[in-house]
Amino acid sequence: MTRRIIAVLLENEAGALSRVVGLFAQRNYNIESLSVAPTEDQTLSRLTLTTYGDQSHSEQIVKQLNKLVEVVKVVDLCEADHVERELMLIKVRAVGESRQEIKRTTDVFRGQIVDVSGETYTVQLVGPGEKLDAFLKAIDKTAIIEVARSGVLGMGRGERVLTL
Amino acid sequence: MADMLSGGDMLIRALQEEGVDCIFGYPGGAVLHIYDAIFKQQKIEHVLVRHEQAATHMADGYARATGKAGVVLVTSGPGATNAITGIATAHMDSIPMVVLSGQVPSGLIGSDAFQETDMVGVSRPVVKHSFIVRKCEEIPSIVRKAFHIATTGRPGPVVIDIPKDTTDPQILGEYEFPETVEMRSYNPVVKGNSKQIKKAVEHIFKAKKPILYVGGGAIQGEVSDELERMVDLLNAPLTNTLMGLGAYPGSNNKCLGMLGMHGTYQANMAMHNSDLILAIGARFDDRVTNNPEKFSPKAKIIQIDIDPASIAKIIGVDIPIVGDVKHVLSSMNEAIQSVWTGFEEEEKTAYQRNTDTWWEQIEGWRSVHGLDHSLALAAEETIQPQTVIKSLYRATNGEAFVTSDVGQHQMFAAQYYHFDKPRRWINSGGLGTMGFGLPSAMGVQFAYPNAVVACVTGEGSFMMNMQELSTCLQYSLPIKIINLNNQALGMVKQWQDMQYSGRHSSSTYSDSLPDFKTLVEAFGHKGIKVEKSEELQSALDLAFSEEMRDHLVFVDVWIDPETHVYPMSVRGGSLADMILSRDQEVAV
Repeated sequence: MTRRIIAVLLENEAGALSRVVGLFAQRNYNIESLSVAPTEDQTLSRLTLTTYGDQSHSEQIVKQLNKLVEVVKVVDLCEADHVERELMLIKVRAVGESRQEIKRTTDVFRGQIVDVSGETYTVQLVGPGEKLDAFLKAIDKTAIIEVARSGVLGMGRGERVLTL
Repeated sequence: MADMLSGGDMLIRALQEEGVDCIFGYPGGAVLHIYDAIFKQQKIEHVLVRHEQAATHMADGYARATGKAGVVLVTSGPGATNAITGIATAHMDSIPMVVLSGQVPSGLIGSDAFQETDMVGVSRPVVKHSFIVRKCEEIPSIVRKAFHIATTGRPGPVVIDIPKDTTDPQILGEYEFPETVEMRSYNPVVKGNSKQIKKAVEHIFKAKKPILYVGGGAIQGEVSDELERMVDLLNAPLTNTLMGLGAYPGSNNKCLGMLGMHGTYQANMAMHNSDLILAIGARFDDRVTNNPEKFSPKAKIIQIDIDPASIAKIIGVDIPIVGDVKHVLSSMNEAIQSVWTGFEEEEKTAYQRNTDTWWEQIEGWRSVHGLDHSLALAAEETIQPQTVIKSLYRATNGEAFVTSDVGQHQMFAAQYYHFDKPRRWINSGGLGTMGFGLPSAMGVQFAYPNAVVACVTGEGSFMMNMQELSTCLQYSLPIKIINLNNQALGMVKQWQDMQYSGRHSSSTYSDSLPDFKTLVEAFGHKGIKVEKSEELQSALDLAFSEEMRDHLVFVDVWIDPETHVYPMSVRGGSLADMILSRDQEVAV
């Protein structure tokens, strides 16, 4: 069971997303994360999802996605070199000594503090999922107030592209 | 300038342009504008059913018999949800169908309005695609796309959800019916990869025990001629799935009959022992393969399918060929012919020696445990269901359209009515929908008013859609219904006999069965009850006689309630592991 990042170009139409998500439920495929937004071409959305499965499982997912009429193109990014990024916003209680500590840890992880109040910081962090996980481990668990993660986005390296 | 029409009129006009001659439906609030548009024209006949599920099965039967898309019209809410079983049935068997469902007015969607259901959502897992109409001008292009999607590639049902306001006679729009369909995201593959085809043919000639395994895709792809040519060229055996019966003549000796859970001994043994399986429009269903781990251990597998997702889904494939079966098979036949022509005499002789040895082995299987194996062991005074199908075959010269419901009678019909032509055997193979038989027979009769249409059913299945007897009277449909009455849900009872020590939990109801003869007579039809085996043939001959030509005849045959369907796969075993009769298990 390896992790797969599946990127999908689909028609930017009402109901298209529900077909993709429904397919995963219907065929008993899991979805670890999911993100979707229109592309530079407003008629197309790009959807990225992560799932777990072996080679044949992943092939079957790609084939079943391709069968959906609104799906234009599908690629399993993990089949070749790719980059992946995820964005996380994390609100932490920052009082007393921990205020400095959190600032230092944020710097180490090359994050940014995007909102400040008397007792809180909101930190923005971008990177592969493991980096975000590592940040969460590095800070005091009791300080965490709220976490929002975008889900993985990915792209093939070099000349490998997913466009029309 | 384009004509200005209401959405309701646009819909009907677009259906006419698609060549639709018949719609199966049931009116209701959300579709009243559409029904008014139907009333004002003559080209399309609307068939008023008695239940929406039956409407979908009628459209399905129509589609299976003709290859054209069947069309259904239902209202919103319960009308739409009642159609779901029939849509799922068509989806599992890849049957082209267009379902028009009414919806509450756009402004009320999401408000839990009267008779509101999210039809696009409810039907999503069981359709090939679906549309919702936003404004009336979209209707012609949506209809065009719906028929295109339903009938091309791997066919399937398409739903068009139509909010009531988009068919309002007060709102007119420009009617433009597109000549062609262009969808960047939908382009089914037609041609097979020529390198793969070449490679496949090389392997076929290397094989010593090849077999053609032919499914429903061969019916949809209309490849009967190509199959006959291939079998002749190769002198190879052929077996059909339940869905593929009739793609190749069942009475031809080259056909080993159906394979799978209730397949013939020779078909299952040939598959199991084969060294090359050529799968043609067949999807390695669990009712075929039995335990996939033990499936045909020595065979290389070539799979031809129009749907890439069907390839290697269950069983690993050595040579996949994605494409339209008609195109792929004709290319393969040419390649086979040219290899054969290029053969030296001794290569030809060697090939023939191979096939002779293979056929010798197959004929051995056929003669030891042919189809009648368990029938021969049955008590003579009772009516055996297999005998009923044989008598039906005689009464109809093997030329009828035969629809069936689901259960033991379905398997007996599949085993014993040797279909020689495609599209004559109409049953719910994938979903296994009881209640399918009568309405699908009606759909066939609407498509071919002069054809002989028989529905082989059981009393359990029949009672699931028997309200349609009323529709049959309204439209004078002379269907012949053969009811294999064993006073039980026979297949359930058989499994309970075999796996639950004979505990018949909720599978019998003999005290509460209606007298079917009186029942059908109350609906205005003819009924015949058969309780003695000597009355059987004459009853069937009467049902199919000139005298009964214009009548629906229901033949209620009281069969031996103890009869099981054999052969039957041993659970978890290979294809070769079969139970051949009540007390004979064969394991290899």
